[in-house]
Amino acid sequence: MIEVIDLCKSFNGQPVLKGLTLSIAAGELLVIIGRSGGGKSVLLKHLIGLFRPDSGQVLINGVDLPGLRGRALDDLRTKFGVVFQGNALFDSVSVFDNVAFPLREKTRLPPDVIHARVEERLEQVGLAGAGHKFPAELSGGMRKRVAIARALVTEPEIVFLDEPTTGLDPILCTTIHHLIRDLHRKLHFTAVMASHEIPDIFEIAHRVAMLHDGVIVEAASPEIIQASANPVVRQFIQGETEGPIQVT
Amino acid sequence: MSVVRSTPLRPVQSLGRWGVESLEAMGRFALFLGEAVVWTFIPPLKVSQFYRRVHFIGVRSLSVILLTGAFTGMVLGLQTFLTLSRFGSEALLGPAVALSLVREMGPVFTALMVTGRTGSALTAEIGIMRITEQIDAIQVMGLNPMRYLIVPILLAGVATFPLLTAIFDVVGILGGYLVGVQIMGLSSGTYFGEMRTFVSLDDITTGLWKSFAFGVVVTWACSYKGYYTAQGTVGVSRATTEAVVLSSVLILVWDYFMGSVLP
Ligand SMILES: Nc1ncnc2c1ncn2[C@@H]1O[C@H](COP(=O)(O)OP(=O)(O)O)[C@@H](O)[C@H]1O
Ligand SMILES: [Mg+2]
Repeated sequence: MIEVIDLCKSFNGQPVLKGLTLSIAAGELLVIIGRSGGGKSVLLKHLIGLFRPDSGQVLINGVDLPGLRGRALDDLRTKFGVVFQGNALFDSVSVFDNVAFPLREKTRLPPDVIHARVEERLEQVGLAGAGHKFPAELSGGMRKRVAIARALVTEPEIVFLDEPTTGLDPILCTTIHHLIRDLHRKLHFTAVMASHEIPDIFEIAHRVAMLHDGVIVEAASPEIIQASANPVVRQFIQGETEGPIQVT
Repeated sequence: MSVVRSTPLRPVQSLGRWGVESLEAMGRFALFLGEAVVWTFIPPLKVSQFYRRVHFIGVRSLSVILLTGAFTGMVLGLQTFLTLSRFGSEALLGPAVALSLVREMGPVFTALMVTGRTGSALTAEIGIMRITEQIDAIQVMGLNPMRYLIVPILLAGVATFPLLTAIFDVVGILGGYLVGVQIMGLSSGTYFGEMRTFVSLDDITTGLWKSFAFGVVVTWACSYKGYYTAQGTVGVSRATTEAVVLSSVLILVWDYFMGSVLP
């Protein structure tokens, strides 16, 4: 479904991704872990076509994403749902209009169908009746749920989530994780999520990929990752300061 | 990059880099307008966004336009009256005030005032949309930020500037009337009558063309600076300052250029 082959990206001569290879199967829930500033967001932005690779390939269903432009790129993107690290809600319109936006702009559904769909999604994320509020009036956890509702309203094939729980309290964190897991079971999308919520993500991930020093050092099931012999992975999931990862 | 190592050549190198970077920025600035113009003619137009921007630019700027228009007219009335009275030609106060306003000061002052009042706010708004990834969000929905964000702003500029300029002119002429007629004692018939004789349609169209052009220039410069805001709050504050400077400079340069080309 998604193939990343030998992806390289530098910013101002500073390499961030150094020949990263990763493949993601249809329907799986993959969690990318790695240190802050390690390039998780940069990798995700390549997968949704916001960054162009310096070299290497990103294939979505066999189509080379960086090679697409204009209409072809827009059409492929209609299959995506994205939850940005900072939510990226439109702050000039209400919660309802935020969630309805992709439906109104990308489909020809009649208003009553759109209304029903938006209400359904808001209810699924536990925000029934909050549609008239504005993003600025909501708490962090509620905003994140609006972002998730907006990403899922078009019934996307692939959902990208960039650190959906960073900055939330532990209870909200678990709530959001369970929400993602339940929605994933119900809607059968492919999910790619960046996170460093260890050990929570081991409960929900089908597969965990560790990004370190610009490459994926290991990608495997949560059980295997937790018992990994790789010193980088071990140090990261145990949160130790001593080891191959330099703490700066 | 590391070819030039010796100290004597370093200034040349940095001058060269500065030149290349400036050229690149100018190219990007021009392409931004080009792209926006192309998208203007590809339907559908986002009408609700357009109305929102007309409101944003027009209504927000109205009070400052009324205020500055009135005082500009009054200052103009006073100074011109004092000058003209030395030649004994106070009778020409009306056309003198009207011509200065309609051809020059109306369009330029309106553009400068809108830049300060709403152009900067526009840059900040778009800049914040950029750094909070709202523009990226529009893009990954498979939609075009030019159509949703920039085109409505440009069109709103074109629609509102001539109207705001006309309001500025009228209020300015009334300000001149207040000083010339009510305070200095010129007759009201002279003030308006001579105006009708000396102000031609060409003068009015010149002012109109200028205000159209400034509508594009101001919204172009301000939305461009917001669109390419660098990360962080510092990025937004810098973009806002740069937008006001760029917009003001372009207004004056373009005013001179149009003044020498138009009749
Ligand atoms: N647009 C950009 N311009 C320059 N550098 C960037 C940009 N985006 C990310 N980077 C750099 O790439 C590195 C990885 O960042 P990021 O992907 O955000 O890390 P994280 O794993 O925390 O999501 C950081 O050093 C960051 O400074
Ligand atoms: Mg990140």
